[in-house]
Amino acid sequence: MMIDDQWIGLGYLLSAALFIFGLKRLSHPRTAPRGNQLGAMGMLVAVLTTVLQMELGDGIEGWILIGGGILLGGLIGWIMAVRVEMTGMPELVALFNGFGGAASALVALSESWKFIEDDTLELPTGLELEVMIVAAGLSALVGWMTLTGSLLAMFKLKGGVEIFGKWIRTPTWGPSWLNPVKALLFFSTLGLIYMLIQEPTNTDYLFAIIGISCILGILLVLPIGGADMPVVVSLLNSLSGIAAAFTGFIISNSVLIVAGSLVGASGLILTFIMCKAMNRELIDVLFKAFGGSDREQVTRTKVGSDADEVAMMVDGAQKIIIVPGYGMAVSQCQHQVKEFADLVSEKFDTEVKYAIHPVAGRMPGHMNVLLAEANVPYEKLIEMDEINPEMPEADIVLIIGANDTCNPAARTKEGPLAGMPIIDADMARTVVIIKRSLSVGYAGVDNDLFYMDKTMMLFGDGKKMMNELNAAVKEL
Amino acid sequence: MDPTILIGSITLLVLSIFLGFELITKVPATLHTPLMSGANAISGISIVGALLGANVAYDGGDTVVSGILAFVAVVLAMINVVGGFAVTNRMLNMIAGKKRGDR
Repeated sequence: MMIDDQWIGLGYLLSAALFIFGLKRLSHPRTAPRGNQLGAMGMLVAVLTTVLQMELGDGIEGWILIGGGILLGGLIGWIMAVRVEMTGMPELVALFNGFGGAASALVALSESWKFIEDDTLELPTGLELEVMIVAAGLSALVGWMTLTGSLLAMFKLKGGVEIFGKWIRTPTWGPSWLNPVKALLFFSTLGLIYMLIQEPTNTDYLFAIIGISCILGILLVLPIGGADMPVVVSLLNSLSGIAAAFTGFIISNSVLIVAGSLVGASGLILTFIMCKAMNRELIDVLFKAFGGSDREQVTRTKVGSDADEVAMMVDGAQKIIIVPGYGMAVSQCQHQVKEFADLVSEKFDTEVKYAIHPVAGRMPGHMNVLLAEANVPYEKLIEMDEINPEMPEADIVLIIGANDTCNPAARTKEGPLAGMPIIDADMARTVVIIKRSLSVGYAGVDNDLFYMDKTMMLFGDGKKMMNELNAAVKEL
Repeated sequence: MDPTILIGSITLLVLSIFLGFELITKVPATLHTPLMSGANAISGISIVGALLGANVAYDGGDTVVSGILAFVAVVLAMINVVGGFAVTNRMLNMIAGKKRGDR
């Protein structure tokens, strides 16, 4: 099945245009679903254009290889996307991203390997060879780095990994001498690419590039604390686009170059936007190890309250602001939270709003997705900057498994949290916190909020405590 | 490679990068994750390279390893593409669907 070259070019142009419109619409709430569909359509056009230009001969093997790969990958991706719990979404995005990077790097490797295993194939010469090797080398560097970095980021988002039934925490480790090591590895990869131009079929160089790139990906993510993981995943997303663009240079394919660099550039912008929301500099996130390793020991204590006590406070409250955090995601208690909000607004005519910190949970928008799943009306979800002025009027602020995002320590000029914008929960008249213990959050900083006189701690799992609280409110 | 083709590719690269920078300006926090996930699915465009690679490797006689590598690349890229768009769709349905609906 052959189509003319010009139609192929037009097909790729259409697909690139669809990607551009798709990305644009994805950044506005109203048009976002349509944007996603346009992106998917662009991908369909690209794949169809590619398959239609292939000459697969009479045999069935070629079709099995191509069609089988498409079906197998598509099916796995579909099943993973449909079956994932809402809490597992960020990890899944990180995993998919790693696969994308690996795919680009594998294409580069496959192109280079052809010349190694088949002597009859003639190596290109001059400029063509240089472009091919440089593009393949850079694609390998970025692609393998994206794979290992994304996998580590996924396990960091999960918090750990289960091996033989034992839960092992994902380590965070990054002494300051690690940065020069990273730079050294990076430049040695560039050196290896240069050497590969002189000796294009030297497999030692090839494997060295792959190995070093994999190590680089791990070293890049290892020192970064879990709280900054969204930024890292966003950056890795940008990198996987760049890997695809480099792969486009190897096979001189326009749509790979366009789509890859679009994702690379817009991913970088998104990374900066996220950093800004967290009041962090990208350079600090990447190269100043922070959080996790030196966890402060908790020495202070606080007496826990019980659900009945809190229910009595709720009776008579005019305004309650709910601050959800990762604890709500872990315990899957968004439905109980919604039930609580319905209960108090029916029973006591209390006004309930939700305060959404830009980076609450493990991904921006994490809380919005969960609360939307529980049918909480969109207008009730208020972003941090808008809700903070209302805090002093709130009779109760109910914090469910959030910690760093409302830690007053962020207002000081010292420590890992310094300068991060927070939800001013401490301004409310009463603070109720549902949390499993007094332990520190991801940033590793003790939270003064827990120890304030007006704070009531409900120690326990989010879902269990919300159920108890709902039962207590019903009994009033 | 014909230098004009290379220059053409570099032109595409640079202009697309500029376009990418301009494309995203203000994004509400709600959409950070879906946008990241959707862009991530688009970066699965390496599926095109993987398919071409698998095809060429199949045509040439002696390139079994290249063929296998390309096949793995097809599978991984497809997981990225289909999974990425599907998961983005799920997120967006939850965010946008509930905004209109008043169940």
